[in-house]
Amino acid sequence: MSINAKALLAGLGIALATVAAIALGSSGLKHFDPALTGYAIGAIMAAFAVGYRFTVWAQRPPSRLYFKRGLELFFRRAPTPHSKPETQNQKLSALPIPYGAGTLGAALARNFVAQEFIRRRSGYRWIMHLCLSGGCTLAFAITFPLVFGWIHFESLATDAEMYRVMAFGIHLDTFSVHSAKAFLAFNALNVSGILVLVGLVMAGWRRFTDAGERATQTFSEDILPLILILAVTATGLALTVSYHFLAGRGHHLWAIVHMVSVVALLLYIPFGKFFHMFQRTCSLCVSRYKKVGDTGPRAHCRRCSTDFASAMHVTDLKLVLDQLGFDYRFSGERGEVHYQDICPACRRGLLAINQGRTLGR
Amino acid sequence: MIATATENEFFLDPSRCIGCQACVQACGECGTHRGVSMIHLEYVHRPTGVQTAPVVCMHCEDPTCAKVCPADAIKQDDNGVVLSAAKSRCVACSNCVLACPFGVPKMKAEIDLMMKCDMCYDRTSVGKKPMCATVCPSGALYYGPRDYIEKHRREAAVNEFQFGRQTVRTKVNMMTSPELTALPFDVLDFLPWEDKDFDPFALARVRDGAPDAANSAVWDEPALSQRCSGNCTCH
Repeated sequence: MSINAKALLAGLGIALATVAAIALGSSGLKHFDPALTGYAIGAIMAAFAVGYRFTVWAQRPPSRLYFKRGLELFFRRAPTPHSKPETQNQKLSALPIPYGAGTLGAALARNFVAQEFIRRRSGYRWIMHLCLSGGCTLAFAITFPLVFGWIHFESLATDAEMYRVMAFGIHLDTFSVHSAKAFLAFNALNVSGILVLVGLVMAGWRRFTDAGERATQTFSEDILPLILILAVTATGLALTVSYHFLAGRGHHLWAIVHMVSVVALLLYIPFGKFFHMFQRTCSLCVSRYKKVGDTGPRAHCRRCSTDFASAMHVTDLKLVLDQLGFDYRFSGERGEVHYQDICPACRRGLLAINQGRTLGR
Repeated sequence: MIATATENEFFLDPSRCIGCQACVQACGECGTHRGVSMIHLEYVHRPTGVQTAPVVCMHCEDPTCAKVCPADAIKQDDNGVVLSAAKSRCVACSNCVLACPFGVPKMKAEIDLMMKCDMCYDRTSVGKKPMCATVCPSGALYYGPRDYIEKHRREAAVNEFQFGRQTVRTKVNMMTSPELTALPFDVLDFLPWEDKDFDPFALARVRDGAPDAANSAVWDEPALSQRCSGNCTCH
């Protein structure tokens, strides 16, 4: 396997940015907790691997084209049925206006926050996924700032039962350790753990009972991520059980096991199923691409004249196919036709016509 | 996951199709299809005839659909079966729908997900027949040992297609003339060219005794006139 230079640079860049963010955010490591070094190293390694993998993936012709078009169309007005035809290479205006901001914002809210596309596929999966993604996001949102030393708690010198919350060296809040606020703050990770557990049970049930999933699932892609999340959640909750109910018995051991499981989960992110959270950024570009394509020039089948896609999509796919080494051009005395100019329904019909012709039927 | 039984192969012969739609109904019963029929049953050329043709995924050795997927959502298993889009990754861009040379993938816009024939993976992976081949009464869709086909059919099975300059090899076999080793694919003969209108009866004429040549009155139907809205690049 050869090293991808651009991806290597991107990975190193993100890893270095993470190191810099830790150093700066913790006031020169002043508020960095050495006991959390293992987590920090795991996060930096994962940042490198995510950056590397993302860049390799984004360089693939179809992915690259969507990101490129997504950026272009973000600053281009979607044509209306009455607007003048635009060319693919229309120059951008001197002052770029983010016409696509609305589409992007809506896609972010619908696809990433509400995950509405999963609800339409299955209500059960939607609740399951919201529990898993919501729980994990909450847990990461709490632990990363703590691990990186961005947020820390200080007890007041005059009153040990009063806590000060400091973020990036700035005083954010002060609360009593007996307050509801303190209860929520100190148990937020437990709440996220319970959310994740609900999602895990639902996911496990589906993996064991759904005939379709059982046939197509693989250990590395579908089962291992559940095991990793379960390991992190169970060991994290074991820490709570240890100091709440067992007088801290076994806390040291659970802390180490929890750290190992978290680092394993972080390192799995770029290489397995969890990478879809980065790949789905492409859906933001697709949303804008579809919107502009729907109202822009259309492509009509060379055989049946049916409007079957946007002209932009067909033109772009021809480019992508060329870049991938596919050549679906037909040429003869009458001229040349690219198979992308034939609609999928006609392609199916042509398959039967050509087969029938070879048999004289 | 259990490996696909390799002793059985899929053989497709659209010329045997009688249009009964049994395959369409059965397809949705497959566990991995979740009630959605993945098979296409096309009228070959409805204005001039009633001939139908079933189209299943041909499971290309180098699947164009997977290559054009921007999200790495389409995977191929170790036995060459090209699976439906992974639910977590599919971004519903329709690249695969437009790029597949056989016109197989279906975009389910209501759920933002591409679904396609996966050769009834839950069945074939444990040695059973795909649903469509189980119910096809005419043998247009056959799943079984190659010996049987060679013994009982006059046609020969090929798994190579020539789409213009592109050679496509597939896991699924197509029945064709015994003299051929690859199915030649022509498009140019079936297009309306500027200097020559497409002759809808050409198909009927090359088929001796074809019973289904349409009455010319069908061409007076407004629905069959030019459907181009003008908002396109074809004018």
